[in-house]
Amino acid sequence: MTRKLILSSPLLEITISRLCQELIENQIKDVETVILGLQPRGIFFAERIAKELSKHLEKAPSVGKIDATFFRDDYRRRETVSPNSTDVPFLIENKRVILVDDVLATGRMVRAALDAMNSFGRPAKVELCVLIDRIYNRDLPINADYVGMSVNTLPTEKVLVEWTEQGHEADRIWLIPQQS
Amino acid sequence: MLKSPHLLGIKDLDEESIQLIVKTAREFKEVLNRPIKKVPSLRDVTIANIFFENSTRTRLSFELAEKRLSADTINFSASGSSVKKGETLLDTVNNILAMKVDMIVMRHASPGAPHYLAKHIKANIVNAGDGTHEHPTQALLDTFSLQEKLGDLAGKKIAIIGDILHSRVALSNIYALKKQGAEVRLCGPSTLIPKHIQSLGVEVSHDVKSTLAWCDAANVLRIQLERQQIKYFPSLREYSQFFGINRAMLEELPKEIVLMHPGPINRGVELSSDAADSPHSIILDQVENGVAVRMAVLYLLASRAS
Repeated sequence: MTRKLILSSPLLEITISRLCQELIENQIKDVETVILGLQPRGIFFAERIAKELSKHLEKAPSVGKIDATFFRDDYRRRETVSPNSTDVPFLIENKRVILVDDVLATGRMVRAALDAMNSFGRPAKVELCVLIDRIYNRDLPINADYVGMSVNTLPTEKVLVEWTEQGHEADRIWLIPQQS
Repeated sequence: MLKSPHLLGIKDLDEESIQLIVKTAREFKEVLNRPIKKVPSLRDVTIANIFFENSTRTRLSFELAEKRLSADTINFSASGSSVKKGETLLDTVNNILAMKVDMIVMRHASPGAPHYLAKHIKANIVNAGDGTHEHPTQALLDTFSLQEKLGDLAGKKIAIIGDILHSRVALSNIYALKKQGAEVRLCGPSTLIPKHIQSLGVEVSHDVKSTLAWCDAANVLRIQLERQQIKYFPSLREYSQFFGINRAMLEELPKEIVLMHPGPINRGVELSSDAADSPHSIILDQVENGVAVRMAVLYLLASRAS
């Protein structure tokens, strides 16, 4: 089985723009919105969202990076993943937090991120925004509030997201066979 | 992933593992600066801190690291225990392990005690200092603190000054620094520098002033009177005259150097108060980084269990 391209420019830009319109629609009066990108790959998507939002808003939202490695539920059960940096240069107390990740599959990383986020305060509201939602893959009762694209995938497949920020020549999202 | 389930010394650790521990420690340092300084990683791990020798910093630092990782901890010190009734080390540890303990952090006066334990028991073992042999977590936190100040340590000049003969901190630091490609110079009275230490690839000097002028960072060690059964130098006053470091000496140097000390400091002997409290000194940063480094070590070792 070969790789299959599922999303790329210009549809990707249109998707990001549409997601931002939805995010703006759901703003809460007098509550600041902040964006938290999930390490390792959600941070690039988070930056894109923030950049697009800043075109439509007077004040660009603050963006942080959050790493949930120390909050994972598979520690000592699987090979340990080495941690990435967390950089949340603001408190999230009483703010509207948009958690941003590239792919939502089992929901376990989002669960861990919700726990990790608690170390920075009690937010007014937390919403989840993902670029790709792998439906029927969930292990936990977690769903995204904003979805770029829903895909129905086999357990043997993997979604690969390539951003130019990572050194790729174009932004491309692929469906690839999982290496066994 | 670390290659060994134990941390017995820096000698057996490769450079990749040293950098992995330091990188992980950097992330834990960020955790320690959050409003809530705790992560749940080790919530199903029980750790026994077994201290057969006195300790303030190391024991508190390990205990805090364990608590910040949500591990359950028990503390044991030899005084007031059945060790005084003649129980052997292996029996003591096996009895502790029978209570379902997963990891042992041990300080012992005999060099090689943790290596001996590692051969006979299943739990992960962290050496928190074995006699005059090694003190690996101290060398790792020194590496972390030095990297924060100097960046990559390859080619950097690091001096270790003082009682090298009785110092486990010196030996672990020599291994750690050489593995990272740093140049190391030892400085102290010839009676306190072990014979043949040059075989580890280090230089030896007996002149503090020229050593300070040479180095990018100086790690100053305490005179360990409790380990000295014979006189190695005429008097503390004379030692302090020849090998003590004060603020004026630091300010005369052509460049600013980093001043370190693993503690406890004997103020007025190896370091004067104005030097220990000067802006050159990163002594308290070392203590802060110690918790993060020990969290990293415990986190990486515990992941190797099961």
